Amino acid sequence: MNKELTKYYSAGHSACAGCGFPAIVRTVLGELKTDVVIANATGCLEVTSTLYPYSAWKAPYIHNAFENAAATISGVERAYEALKKKGKISKNKKIKFVAFGGDGGTYDIGLQSLSGALERGHNFLYVCYDNGGYMNTGNQRSSATPYGAFTETTPTGKESFGKIETRKNLMEIVNAHRIGYLAQANVAYLTDLKKKAKKALETDGPSFLLVFSPCTNNWKFPTSQYVNVGKLATETNFWPLYEIENGEHKLNFEPKKITPVTEFLKTQGRFKHLFKVENKPHLEEIQKLVNEEFARIANLCEE
Amino acid sequence: MEHGAVIKHDQKKSPKTGAWRYMHPEVDKEKCIGCATCVPFCPEASIEMKKHKEGQKDKADIDYEYCKGCGVCAEVCPIKAITMKKK
Repeated sequence: MNKELTKYYSAGHSACAGCGFPAIVRTVLGELKTDVVIANATGCLEVTSTLYPYSAWKAPYIHNAFENAAATISGVERAYEALKKKGKISKNKKIKFVAFGGDGGTYDIGLQSLSGALERGHNFLYVCYDNGGYMNTGNQRSSATPYGAFTETTPTGKESFGKIETRKNLMEIVNAHRIGYLAQANVAYLTDLKKKAKKALETDGPSFLLVFSPCTNNWKFPTSQYVNVGKLATETNFWPLYEIENGEHKLNFEPKKITPVTEFLKTQGRFKHLFKVENKPHLEEIQKLVNEEFARIANLCEE
Repeated sequence: MEHGAVIKHDQKKSPKTGAWRYMHPEVDKEKCIGCATCVPFCPEASIEMKKHKEGQKDKADIDYEYCKGCGVCAEVCPIKAITMKKK
């Protein structure tokens, strides 16, 4: 076992073989310079890392409920400030507060507590690993599930081509709180994620990271492929890498040549039905959505 | 006041996820260039760079206790020095 990588999050967790989020958790926490308290929304990460009687966490870690990871961490942060004021914690002791949530616990169920915590301006980092659905309960759709994807609650067949709604734009929602630092990253680009985690942890006040985390089991690709699938998502502009620092947009990766989004879609079984002749308009629709969103972000970055 | 459950980290109590494995990765130490690309991508943090021979760069070394055999390391290796083999 690699000692350096397992300083906060150890091996022995029961995430699926070839899962994307352990690398995200280790990379983000690897950038810590101080002590840390971690809160975690219900989700794959929480379920697989705290299998009784074992906990994979070597740092103080709280799981509360699905909807309130951000509220929990803001409470911890306030308690720390209060204890410092009373002299029960040394003034020199620095602690960073980090919350992890999946897309279900962030986009859907935990959105209001996240919004509240961002607005109150607590000194914490929120990391959302986005695997596009409720994966540990068997792949139900979330508001992060992409258009056209098969899930248990958006089945495909004669009457349906998968999810009919487009993804919620969480970066825009978080950016509306005008926080100091937020970024969209991808687990396949760990150097980029590392830089972003460092910046986010150094931010005084709330910061936010949205990280792409491919799911081998429910996106239906072989266990060895999460890095390749992640790379294709960014190369096809499906998942652009960008950051917003004090209101300034910056694009972190611009593909040299444009790859059609079908290259990304065909790596996964959840989009298999889209390659049937009758679903061709939906494939074109996805390409159009991707182009529009990338052009919008690129435009903001140029300003 | 009611308290929630408190669990302390104890590695001894962890499930030995190495038992999940169907294929296992093998590092060709002569081929490995010691770039460490595979290390951070391993979901189980099972890869460490260890000394192989005097005067050579450290080479990837796999701990099979927790390795689930997903094959990510073999896939990301730039020179294909890691191969997946059946037991």
